[in-house]
Amino acid sequence: MKQGIGVKIWRWSIIAVVGLYLLVPLYAMFDFSTKPYGFENAGRSLRAWKVIGSQESLLEAVTRSLITAAIVMAVILFLVVPTAIWVQLKLPLLRRPFELLCLIPLAIPAIVIVVGIAPLYRWISINVSESPITLAGVYSMLILPYTYRSLSAALDSVDIHTLAEAATTLGAGISRVIFGIIMPTIKTGIINGSFIAIALVLGEFTISNILNFKTFQVVIAQIGRTDGQVAVAVSVASLLFVLVLLLLIPNKKRQGAVLDVDVA
Amino acid sequence: MSSSTYVQLVDLAKYFGKVKALDGLSLDIAQGELVALLGPSGCGKTTALRALAGLQELDRGQLMVDGKDVTFQSASKRGMGMVFQAYSLFPHMTARENVEYGLKLRTHKTSSQKRKERSAELLDLVGLSTHANHYPHQLSGGQQQRIALARALAISPKVLLLDEPLSALDAKVRTQLREEIRRIQMELGTTTLFVTHDQEEALSIADRVGVMRNGQLEQIASPSELYDRPKTSFVAEFVGLTNPISGKVSGGSIEILGSVVKTLPGSVTSGTGIALVRPESVDVVASKSGNATVAAASFLGASCRLNITLNDGTKITAQLPSSDASGIGAGATVSVSLLDMPVFVKAAG
Repeated sequence: MKQGIGVKIWRWSIIAVVGLYLLVPLYAMFDFSTKPYGFENAGRSLRAWKVIGSQESLLEAVTRSLITAAIVMAVILFLVVPTAIWVQLKLPLLRRPFELLCLIPLAIPAIVIVVGIAPLYRWISINVSESPITLAGVYSMLILPYTYRSLSAALDSVDIHTLAEAATTLGAGISRVIFGIIMPTIKTGIINGSFIAIALVLGEFTISNILNFKTFQVVIAQIGRTDGQVAVAVSVASLLFVLVLLLLIPNKKRQGAVLDVDVA
Repeated sequence: MSSSTYVQLVDLAKYFGKVKALDGLSLDIAQGELVALLGPSGCGKTTALRALAGLQELDRGQLMVDGKDVTFQSASKRGMGMVFQAYSLFPHMTARENVEYGLKLRTHKTSSQKRKERSAELLDLVGLSTHANHYPHQLSGGQQQRIALARALAISPKVLLLDEPLSALDAKVRTQLREEIRRIQMELGTTTLFVTHDQEEALSIADRVGVMRNGQLEQIASPSELYDRPKTSFVAEFVGLTNPISGKVSGGSIEILGSVVKTLPGSVTSGTGIALVRPESVDVVASKSGNATVAAASFLGASCRLNITLNDGTKITAQLPSSDASGIGAGATVSVSLLDMPVFVKAAG
């Protein structure tokens, strides 16, 4: 019994330390964002938080970033996931090369990617559109390592070959097999991969800043130069937003998926 | 092609590199018949079944179903119902949705009411109407395979293909389910090809059993004929137990254990041969002046199996009704002779 209590204390202390490690900076940011501003106000205030709503450039940037994230999501759902399934089902020999290809963005620093991709975006700005939404292209590439890992783990945990063959003998064509059978089966993996991708898109700074696109993070940085407190308030808000997104991945469903796999 | 032939596999060949999965396999199946393909792993039985389903391309050969050539038809259009060895229910659908899936794709004009009726009928047929709204992970292995069977039958398939559907189940469920498969198959009259490596399974439910080896059909016959009159030594040894006993062959008979018994067609015709004697063909009588000793006796319920050592050192197994074996235990001296049943004789060495 004594040992049990010791283990419990040990566990809780680890959780406490990790919790502090994550929460103290957040608290510090919040604390900073509510500090007295200038000389006229002596006490703490939520001025910085209230200002957020009136920053037009910020709202525009948030909208643009969310649209970009939605496009990236669409790319994941309609291109990356079906391709990963197709490779697994029909082209098993290409699995390794495909995996390697998807991991490349992780190995190349963002700054190098920008140097390579800048001429392309110059061309896009002149001939297609100047909108930061065009960044969805490069982001769709950046998210590959994370999305692919999560997809590949989900695909490995289910016997998709048998499921595909069962659906085929019942009269399903390949698109029905992919979108109607395999994708719902690996739903949790797709959701996990997509949320990581969204978090990445909303948090990306280097590429958009160097290419001079005014995305969410770039605008925060700009505001920070004129009003540090607002920038920090926005950062806390965006962190909380992403946190809520990640918490949306339902825990129960995840356990359900594991149970499915165990039984199957 | 005889008038009743419904499915025809003609000279099928499939090579995986140097491995001959199918090497000139031909097989006819009559309408409403249940044919089992039996053989050791790697003999090509699953490849044959998958080829008929359209899931395996062939290097050579022709597939005919109901008089139509389906060799190049895609699997989704062949109308075959298949039950797989691995659990294959769609995990995000309930049992009923699984059963309705094929109907939804096949007959767009079928109203959802009719689909519901059909799925209810099939779930009832496999005895799982109370589990219609369960998800696959809430069902046992046996229940999952029953639903898979219902799903395959829902589309009223031309041929029902069963790819070792029972091998993942425990012994009791396996016996129950195989009997149920046979009952349902006979009730619906669905032409069925059943692939298994379990001879008991094949012999107990099939109309005819085909024994496969190295991509070819060694023999196809009714279960009793396959057991009693094997045409090759491989079939004799693969199906059931045999005692290899050497003896002299002449004039269509072989002399073994002091008896002369007829040899089956395909046997060695002269010289010394090895008879493959079924344990049931060995007659054992307790006798103090006997020619053998019982090494071990196992009681199997209705019958009794005896491991016997002959005076010349040959070890054989005999199986006789328990009533005849009473009083014969380990260490007993017995006299061994053969019942007058024809045996298959293979070449010595």
